[in-house]
Amino acid sequence: MTTSLPLCLRDAWLIPFVPLMTAAVMLVVGRRLAIRVVTYLCCGSVLLSFLFTVGAFFELIARPANQRLVVRSVFDWIPAIPFHMIGGGAASLSSEWGFQIDPLSVSMMLIVTGVGFLIHVYSIGYMEQEGGLYRYFGYMNLFVFAMLTLVMASDMAVLFVGWEGVGVCSYLLIGFHFHKRAATDAAKKALVVNRVGDAAFLLGIFLMSALLGTMRFADIGAALHAENLSAGNAAVVAIALLIFAGATGKSAQIPLYIWLPDAMEGPTPVSALIHAATMVTAGVYIVARTSAIFLLAPPALAVVAVVGSMTALLAASMAVVQTDIKKVLAYSTISQLGYMFLACGVGAFTAGIFHLVTHAFFKGLLFLAAGSVIHALSGEQDLRKMGGLMMKLPVTYGVTLIAALAISGIFPFAGFLSKDLILGKAYERNFLLWAIGYFTAGMTAFYMFRLIFLAFHGAPRGRGDDAEYPIHEPPRTMLVPLLVLAAFSIAGGWINWPAILGGSDRFVHFLEPLIAVPNAARMVVAKGPGSPGGELRLMILSEAFVAFGIFLAWYLYVKRPEIPGKIAHRLGAFHRAVWHGYYLNAFYNAGLVDGTKKLSLELGAFDRNIIDGVGVRGMARMTRVASRISIWWDEWIVDGAVKLGAATVQVFGHIVRYLQTGLVQSYMLFIVAGLIGFLGYYFYLAAHAIR
Amino acid sequence: MISIDHYLLLSLALFAVGVVGVLTRRNVIIMLMSIELILNAVNINLVAFSRLYGSVDGQVFAIFVITDAAAEAAVGLGIILAFFRNRKTLLADEMDLLKW
Repeated sequence: MTTSLPLCLRDAWLIPFVPLMTAAVMLVVGRRLAIRVVTYLCCGSVLLSFLFTVGAFFELIARPANQRLVVRSVFDWIPAIPFHMIGGGAASLSSEWGFQIDPLSVSMMLIVTGVGFLIHVYSIGYMEQEGGLYRYFGYMNLFVFAMLTLVMASDMAVLFVGWEGVGVCSYLLIGFHFHKRAATDAAKKALVVNRVGDAAFLLGIFLMSALLGTMRFADIGAALHAENLSAGNAAVVAIALLIFAGATGKSAQIPLYIWLPDAMEGPTPVSALIHAATMVTAGVYIVARTSAIFLLAPPALAVVAVVGSMTALLAASMAVVQTDIKKVLAYSTISQLGYMFLACGVGAFTAGIFHLVTHAFFKGLLFLAAGSVIHALSGEQDLRKMGGLMMKLPVTYGVTLIAALAISGIFPFAGFLSKDLILGKAYERNFLLWAIGYFTAGMTAFYMFRLIFLAFHGAPRGRGDDAEYPIHEPPRTMLVPLLVLAAFSIAGGWINWPAILGGSDRFVHFLEPLIAVPNAARMVVAKGPGSPGGELRLMILSEAFVAFGIFLAWYLYVKRPEIPGKIAHRLGAFHRAVWHGYYLNAFYNAGLVDGTKKLSLELGAFDRNIIDGVGVRGMARMTRVASRISIWWDEWIVDGAVKLGAATVQVFGHIVRYLQTGLVQSYMLFIVAGLIGFLGYYFYLAAHAIR
Repeated sequence: MISIDHYLLLSLALFAVGVVGVLTRRNVIIMLMSIELILNAVNINLVAFSRLYGSVDGQVFAIFVITDAAAEAAVGLGIILAFFRNRKTLLADEMDLLKW
């Protein structure tokens, strides 16, 4: 089988490997390379990965629909460790460092490398003035590697490596301006908050291997079948919830979304790539990847749907009041991610992934356009100080408008097709979920056009044209990615032209084999599609509401710009609550962060006073006392014994020395006396013997 | 008839004269001569027992002793000569450097 694979599928390991290599080069010797070399090398490596991915994509769709699953192992990573599963059966836990190419992962790979490449090119212009470009591009390439590892992994263990890898890169890139306190704080916050989700995620992996005896995605379906688990089995629900908890961290859902708005401290292209298009979608990806488990756990699916819809609604409401252009987009991202989870929660995983793809286009574009505005205004991010940029930045205005229309879901832009697919699926499932999604769609249109009207229309509120730094369109390296993404924001959704409008739902069908239910009888299958007429009615309904949202934004921010302030004033406390993100940050600070800090201080005091004071210092004091005793013993007893011996010898020597006269005749006399003595004794003995 | 006892008595007398000479005379040359007397007393004993037991071993041993005595006299006189040159004396009770 392996020999018959075409080139790109066979050597798919090259796709993440190339960015890894350039990242290694950048981080080791990058400081010494010319900026030109750095940019060409790093953009080139991502382009190479992208071309390889395109190759793999075409090779994959050339295969029959039921054979579009290629698993290639590169090397044995974790050797087989035997253990007993929860069910009692014997199993062995092992992991090969392997890559799985199937419709889902290839879609993600195209996004990561394609959008990633455009953002790399954009970064050349945007980061021009920054120092440490090699570091920036090195981290970006490392991120692309980690993200590719995440989406291409063939089992949970390898995926987790990528999962943590993107977290590290996110940390490094948010804190890229490490001399800024806010940036390093935001980086730390992102890492710590993600750690909470990752801990749950890891537990989910452990529980999954304990229950199913495998970590390989390709084996999950069969293992679920073999274990004969019924829907709603507690262990399966626990696995699904733990995995989803990890996803809430990475994908910034309630209750762990608080890190993403702060993450806007990173450079804008980083926000576009990591915090809009790719990394934050990893949570949606993993839920879709383990859809077989989720489908067996209806309570977990319900949690996913509720959390997703609530996040979509609340984040959209927070986006409405933000004044920082990037914060608006950050909350918008959280809200759109909520949409994706809503889709997954109602069982429409394909719709969620479809929205993920279109969102990558238009949200990436929105961030890049915002970056272009910020670039033109030399770093100004406050919407209240913008205004009237339409004439000065016509291209930026145009692409922002396209992206806003796309995210609002105006026909026939990309967002319309994906969002209405989700809303349609939600409607089939639960009216309330649909209503929340519907309302959020209107809010999305409102806050997006609020952003546009504030930034581009009306009179300039900030500084005007500078003689030295006139407000100008960005350089070509930044414009081209904007235009390409704009094209995709318009047409990117057409890959899944819905049947109701005469299309064939191509993308959903492309993804379907993967998300297909392994054992259909026991799975909770979504209700059949509503009537075609109903679907069409829903579309028209949502279009109308979106149009109303846009109109409202126009009315409030162009026609009567004095009204929003009055409303904010009238709503008082509520406005402040929304502005502060419903005080969730304050709640975490008061409840968890302060408690943790206090606990650490207490532990520190314990460490200083008890461990150091009593333990370490007490030990030292005891040692000193013991050595004093030892010194005394040594001086008086050991040395004393030696000296006593010497003194004894000396005394005897004084006595005996008088025998040594130095006169040879006296010695002779002793000898003769001794001889006579011995002889006398001998004769005495002899005389006795005779007697 | 001269019996073994006569030889032994002569040897004893000679030995006693030698020992008394070594212990009492102050002149080291005379002490050396007294030592020769002691050696010769031993020789008489050796030859007498050789005769008594009809074995030649004792006589051979006596020859060795005479040779030894000659060598000893040469070395001893050499030492005495060297000593005299240093200290201008031959009296044994003035040779007392080798003490504590």
